Amino acid sequence: MQDFATTLWNAVGLILLGDADLIEIIALSLRVTLSAVVIACLIGLPLGALVGAFRFPGRGVVTVLLNALMGLPPVVVGLVVYLMLSAAGPLGPLRLLYTPTAMIIAQTILVTPIVAALTRQVIEDLHSEYAEQFASLGVGPLDRVAALLWDARYSLLTVALAGFGRAVAEVGAVIIVGGNINHVTRVMTTTIALETSKGNLELALALGVVLLAIAVIVNAAVMALRASAVRSAYA
Amino acid sequence: MPDACLKTIDGGYVTPASAPAPLLMQARGVSFRPQGKPLVDDIDLDIREGRRLIVMGSNGAGKSLLMRLLHGLIAPTSGEVVWRGKPLDRTAMREQAMVFQRPVMLRRSVIANLQFALAVRGIGGAERRRRVEEALEQARLGDLAKRPARVLSGGEQQRLALARALACTPRLLFLDEPTASLDPASTLAIENLIATAHARGITIVMITHDKGQARRLGDDIAFLHAGRLVETGPAARVLETPSSGAARAWLEGRLYLDDLSSPHTSPTP
Amino acid sequence: MFRRQFLSLALAGTLAATLAAGGSAPVSAADEKFIIVQSTTSTQNSGLFDHLLPIFKDKTGIEVRVVAVGTGQAIRNAANGDGDVLFVHARPAEEKFVAAGDGVKRHDVMYNDFVIVGPPSDPAGIAGSSDVVDALTRIAAAKAPFASRGDDSGTNKAELRLWKEAGIDIGAASGDWYRETGSGMGATLNTGTGMGAYIMTDRATWIAFGNKGDYTIAVEGDNRMFNQYGIILVNAEKHSNVKSELGQTFVDWVISEEGQAAIANYKVDGQQLFFPNAPAGS
Repeated sequence: MQDFATTLWNAVGLILLGDADLIEIIALSLRVTLSAVVIACLIGLPLGALVGAFRFPGRGVVTVLLNALMGLPPVVVGLVVYLMLSAAGPLGPLRLLYTPTAMIIAQTILVTPIVAALTRQVIEDLHSEYAEQFASLGVGPLDRVAALLWDARYSLLTVALAGFGRAVAEVGAVIIVGGNINHVTRVMTTTIALETSKGNLELALALGVVLLAIAVIVNAAVMALRASAVRSAYA
Repeated sequence: MPDACLKTIDGGYVTPASAPAPLLMQARGVSFRPQGKPLVDDIDLDIREGRRLIVMGSNGAGKSLLMRLLHGLIAPTSGEVVWRGKPLDRTAMREQAMVFQRPVMLRRSVIANLQFALAVRGIGGAERRRRVEEALEQARLGDLAKRPARVLSGGEQQRLALARALACTPRLLFLDEPTASLDPASTLAIENLIATAHARGITIVMITHDKGQARRLGDDIAFLHAGRLVETGPAARVLETPSSGAARAWLEGRLYLDDLSSPHTSPTP
Repeated sequence: MFRRQFLSLALAGTLAATLAAGGSAPVSAADEKFIIVQSTTSTQNSGLFDHLLPIFKDKTGIEVRVVAVGTGQAIRNAANGDGDVLFVHARPAEEKFVAAGDGVKRHDVMYNDFVIVGPPSDPAGIAGSSDVVDALTRIAAAKAPFASRGDDSGTNKAELRLWKEAGIDIGAASGDWYRETGSGMGATLNTGTGMGAYIMTDRATWIAFGNKGDYTIAVEGDNRMFNQYGIILVNAEKHSNVKSELGQTFVDWVISEEGQAAIANYKVDGQQLFFPNAPAGS
């Protein structure tokens, strides 16, 4: 382990030198994760806003369900998606198993409840501030949801970030539905798992540090955006 | 529409000068009793077109609740609110506007706050631009148009809230202590805006704790005590010679704790 | 205004999602000439595929996508039709797979052998032994920790067979000195070396393994630890999506003279890891 620093330095060197394999793996990680987060937001933001802004029968149940689904075990999601996409499964003819699309599907299922549940909280808080003014102005249901989502946009960035964090660090689901196929479905986390199983612990750790660095960069960028919003009292 | 109102107020062709202005809104036995607790209790109240009604009373008397019941933000437990002869509904609400004690500012620019209020009423294009311009000018917020609304001072925010309400050209404007936490200069600016609105024929219902403000802006006063309407009448009369014990005590700065049946004057002046 | 902003936001999101989805499409659509091989961690982790597949692709233009899991899971995946070729090491299970109609025909490909690795302290006193049954009996007698894959893999099946041969009921010792990790070969090596346990591993994985610590091979050279690999084309009659032609091309190449030579040529640290033994002309 004493040469961890050397290995880490080598890994950073690989990126700086533009090692094609490593860059391909990082690019696929980002593509899969960002796609899943975007799709999860397209579903989770309006869903969370609806639950957060309106009273309806069964609302409590939906809220509990969303919160509980935040803790979905990735391996279970991976298995379910595998069974769906397997040639023997109902969606087999789509031939999506062992493709990045399968990984995006699995991560979308993992991330959507997180986005929806956290959005519900954010929107509910904002709505308690806006509700009377909206009622007084006569804002209709659709406009209400749109306005709440727009006005909460900077808080919702943090929500998307939470989803990103979950997806980018996830290995259990993507390794089952992706198969960790070299140059096709190998991402950062599955590479780390593979290198660990090969006993290359330093390399695995170095890759982990690279993954962490990516997460830090993404978080810092979003936080900088948010900080400017706070100065405008938009957040 | 404002022109028609003006004529009526000025005692034009419709009614003789001595007769009261036509009814705009009426509360008929309106009560609000969550879990049986009478927070607003059996209130009958007439609001007449073009008049400025001041609602007074001590903290917890139910003034804000009554205003929300009249505006339709809360449904009464019993009784009904009548708007121009018909039960209050969503369409009626669109002819009203309300400014809250703490202005609710959307997390957007000043101009976007105005645009939003007009957009939800389906007002767009050149008409919206014209009204936004007018509102900015009236509230003297033209220089701040692009600024985030939530970084404005308290006075500026309240001016924007009032301008936003007026841009929707309501017949009736509810004001819930609009100057409660403002400095005198800001208070004056708000009072001027209210006066302008009234001059355009908009009926005003306003809650205030400030006797001076009530005298400056009020035509009539409705006095609430413990959820009940204990006195109504022309502002000067109620302020000078209150007939109810509760109003007298409050105006003299005494605490009034009598929860027994207080004198119940007729709701019509 | 706000409506327009919201709309543009939603639009941008949809666009990004479409791009992302579209971006993944060409991999499977435009590049149709690929097969999926369900295989085991030992072949993958030892680096054999990284050596073989580029040679095969240069010759045929066929891309081979390897899903490396335990033999048990590989067989189950293939039985679901999620693969074109099965390349594993558990002969009885492979024959069952063919008998059930999931596979076309099984071919021997190569072999290596299993070894038992252990810590320098050698608590069971088995270092240097070439009698695996005797060694296992000693481990059980000494109640020395033993880490098993416990994952129904080829290695796991072979190990269980040897315990049975030694007449030891490891079920009773499970959780005591006999510890099932329920994971792959590499993970079991990481765990086992961490707890000072003996571990049975295939030689290829061990040689390529990067976290040996002070562990060495304790038991080797017993012909009961022979580890035979087989290759099977998944049966298109049962699984219609199987790319029979491409799959057969791969199977034929692996057992051809050229493929067999490529396997023999693969060396790590100068050591040959796999020994080709496909019957000539098959």
